[in-house]
Amino acid sequence: MKLSVWTYEGPPHVGAMRVATGMKGVHFVLHAPQGDTYADLLFTMIERRKQRPPVTYTTFQARDLGSDTAELFKTAAREAYERFQPEVLLVGASCTAELIQDDPAGIAAAIGLPVPVVPVELSAYQRKENWGAGETFYQLVRACCPKEGVERLPRTGPSCNLLGPTALGFRHRDDVAEITRLLGRLGVDVNVTAPLGASPADLARLPQADFNVVLYPEIGEPVARWLKRNHGQEAVAATPIGVGGTADFVKQVAELAGVDPAPVLEESGARLPWYSRSIDSTYLTGKRVFVFGDATHALAAARVATEELGFEVVGLGTYSREQARDVRKAAKRYGVEALITDDHLEVEDRIAELHPELVLGTQMERHIAKRLGLPCAIISAPVHVHDYPARYSPQMGFEGANVLFDTWVHPLMMGLEEHLLGMFREDFEFADGAAPSHLGHAPKASAPAELEGPAAADPQAADPAAADPAAEGRAESLAAETAPSASASTASASTASAASASASSASAPEAPPSGEPSWTREAQKELKKIPFFVRGKARRNTERFARERGFASITLETLYEAKAHFAGRR
Amino acid sequence: MSAPNPAIAGGAALPVLKERGQREVFCGLTGIVWLHRKMQDAFFLVIGSRTCAHLLQSAAGVMIFAEPRFATAILEEKDLAGLADANEEIDRVVARVLRRRPEVRQLFLVGSCPSEVIKLDLSRAAARLSQQHGPDVQVLAYSGSGIETTFTQGEDACLASMLRAQGPSEDAGDDLLVVGTLPDVVEDQLQRLFDQLGVPVRFFPPRRARSAPPVGRGTRYLLAQPFLAETGLALNDLGARHLPAPFPLGAEGTRAWLQAAATEYGVDPARFEEVVAPAEARARRALAPMRERLAGKRIFFFPDSQLEIPIARFLAREVGMELVEVGTPYLQRDHLGPELALLPDGVQLSEGQDVERQLDRCRAAAPDMVVCGLGLANPLEVEGMTTKWSIELVFTPVQGFEQAGDLAELFARPLVRRERLKV
Ligand code: SF4
Ligand code: SF4
Repeated sequence: MKLSVWTYEGPPHVGAMRVATGMKGVHFVLHAPQGDTYADLLFTMIERRKQRPPVTYTTFQARDLGSDTAELFKTAAREAYERFQPEVLLVGASCTAELIQDDPAGIAAAIGLPVPVVPVELSAYQRKENWGAGETFYQLVRACCPKEGVERLPRTGPSCNLLGPTALGFRHRDDVAEITRLLGRLGVDVNVTAPLGASPADLARLPQADFNVVLYPEIGEPVARWLKRNHGQEAVAATPIGVGGTADFVKQVAELAGVDPAPVLEESGARLPWYSRSIDSTYLTGKRVFVFGDATHALAAARVATEELGFEVVGLGTYSREQARDVRKAAKRYGVEALITDDHLEVEDRIAELHPELVLGTQMERHIAKRLGLPCAIISAPVHVHDYPARYSPQMGFEGANVLFDTWVHPLMMGLEEHLLGMFREDFEFADGAAPSHLGHAPKASAPAELEGPAAADPQAADPAAADPAAEGRAESLAAETAPSASASTASASTASAASASASSASAPEAPPSGEPSWTREAQKELKKIPFFVRGKARRNTERFARERGFASITLETLYEAKAHFAGRR
Repeated sequence: MSAPNPAIAGGAALPVLKERGQREVFCGLTGIVWLHRKMQDAFFLVIGSRTCAHLLQSAAGVMIFAEPRFATAILEEKDLAGLADANEEIDRVVARVLRRRPEVRQLFLVGSCPSEVIKLDLSRAAARLSQQHGPDVQVLAYSGSGIETTFTQGEDACLASMLRAQGPSEDAGDDLLVVGTLPDVVEDQLQRLFDQLGVPVRFFPPRRARSAPPVGRGTRYLLAQPFLAETGLALNDLGARHLPAPFPLGAEGTRAWLQAAATEYGVDPARFEEVVAPAEARARRALAPMRERLAGKRIFFFPDSQLEIPIARFLAREVGMELVEVGTPYLQRDHLGPELALLPDGVQLSEGQDVERQLDRCRAAAPDMVVCGLGLANPLEVEGMTTKWSIELVFTPVQGFEQAGDLAELFARPLVRRERLKV
């Protein structure tokens, strides 16, 4: 069993729903209990789609078990066909139905419907949402698309397919529009976009294109491979995210299509390069960012962060185990250790440990960042309702790069503001943990202690990595004692939560565990003058510096010694 | 003000359409979303699948800002192989949760469809874990699975499990027990009213799970929620006695509900009027403008929380709405008797669901307002209907006199919004 509070991906049948809902003419009969119908709201509420997903759930109950769940499935499939008249009926089982082994595929085939019935094996106990979407798309293509004998259409110009976008995808709607336009400027037609917007008949036309563009490899890759194998279509590998990524993409497309990329590259419409070079952006240099998301978006974000905004990637990770290799490779290039996990608590620990200045992640990282008082921008699914904006807001293409610049810089403090805060820490109106002035609200300063407390209380966590946050929780409450009255309420909150969460360490701030250097009051006070967003880092560096040298206490001197020592290092 | 219209009172033998088809309702796990906030020392560990975890985060994700006191132990391929293994896994996961949350005193193992289908015996696991982690931590088990429970039935199962664990108390006294999760603010208001009436009252579930009030022969209880069938049985088994009453929704419902207690505890009628009348008058004042907006509007309920019948009664009698169809996932006649008696004659009730057929009926009836779950609301809006998401009725303080106006306002707002928007 795997303990989980939040999950990055839903179960595989939700992936299947994303494909069915994105398409036209497909209806999905899902053998599942009533509670599983919650998935409808992902589409109707979170993505604000105007129609219910084309899904019929059998909603079997305990009293049906053992007797007639199979019969229920049969009735549901027949009625769904009669009511919705789909061109293809997709059938599958959710986690519970998988256990009762009713064989939806066999039952549906036996009804003898006049349309193709496509079964998907969803392996609910091993697989997840993106895999489910990729597998469903693959099975639909195999069922709807001839293996041979489809002619390339005689056209005026080259054409390609866009593979991978689905319902509920993070900015899929706008990415498709942006990339279609970009391809148009190159003189390349889009033959079919699938699954989003495609009908089963469109899937049959896939082989008519000259090549494929795989926008979201997590979902489109299996189909691209099948098309390559059976129809000899090449696929463009570059992900068109960021100016560099999009330029690479344009060149690859141009090569496959036999067109000249130069005009498009020269008149790209990307404002990001100038915005990044304008002197106002100097302060972005070397900002330490932590990147986490699905593999495609995380990899692209790391590249944009370093090459196009001048940030420094201090952490890179993904929840897509299927693409872990690529992420590990990239992490190596950035000199960091890749974090491959679908446990958001691990991500939380890593972020707390790294103290980045900006977090680029999913809604989970947004929550973590909020608690740690760190700025955050969203780069990948899973996302919430406000990440399906009304405005045009692609992530891909040159306009997508402009969107990235805006959304990533927005949560940060402006350059001069940051300087002033650093210079005049003691101004009584500069509350601790002040938020950028163009964002209305301040992050909670008490969060770190609250967060790190439980780890500290974990008796199993005897390794030094876990001891570190414990020390930090302690220092936080020490700091609270010396804090000016202005922040007294948050400070006492932090003391209280640290104390309640880790009675062993936090209740005795004056007597740290042996071997840990303790802070003098003077040094502690000086530490408070360092802006909060780098303070954690400064504290940890100083403590490490003192520990390595066997100092019993940290004085003002130690603080500045450590500062000099770490200058220019990470 | 608007006294209930006697002409529409008293519909005992109402027609009930029983449906058995696709249901579009959450499972009992959903109750965790409010229960884990109500009981501050409790933790809910679902033994389930990725679907269960995803349901909880989709139903709760937008509403939760602190780290939740719930989690899912997701069953994996290897857990499905053998049961002995699964028990060790549960022990390991529980130990990890308790290490992370040392303040937890009550842990619920919550069963799901997968755990039920593979027949994991969570009650036994709970007993074993209680021994292991007791007396500090008590571990209980209940099922919130979708094959056995619908939405609010999860709370029912949870509360029943707590009562079954506590056993009858010899010295429970004769306090009144108010049963069913209420928002803290409502609880405080009701506490004040009972204090003024001189009725000794305790609330269940308590804000701290481990300080649940004792229950025994002398205990009498009033239900604050209409979905507590099992809980009622568990209370009866402990010797407690049910005071039948309508539910405390709206001015009329709240008065009748308080009256049941007052009669039982022999409160002087004059004193009762003195305490209740001012609050009731306030409620009716708040309702008057809502009545202007809502009177004569036709409303259709899809089944969801089992609150449908009391709310329909309130809307029909206190703001004059016309009931087209009142759907409920489960018609619990034992506790709903006094409510059913107040429904207008001839109201169409439906129990269970066949969502496609119900949608057909709804479209054909073209009501002015549809009460439905989150999955249906936007698509119906697109079809031109005005909707109210039913889950909001569970997540908003709506009980008692002071909330009567708010309850009506929840229904007025979608209509007002439609009028305002010019786009
Ligand atoms: S219906 Fe069953 S499987 Fe689905 S979320 Fe609820 S408990 Fe889990
Ligand atoms: S703050 Fe945003 S990301 Fe967090 S729960 Fe609310 S909507 Fe979701």
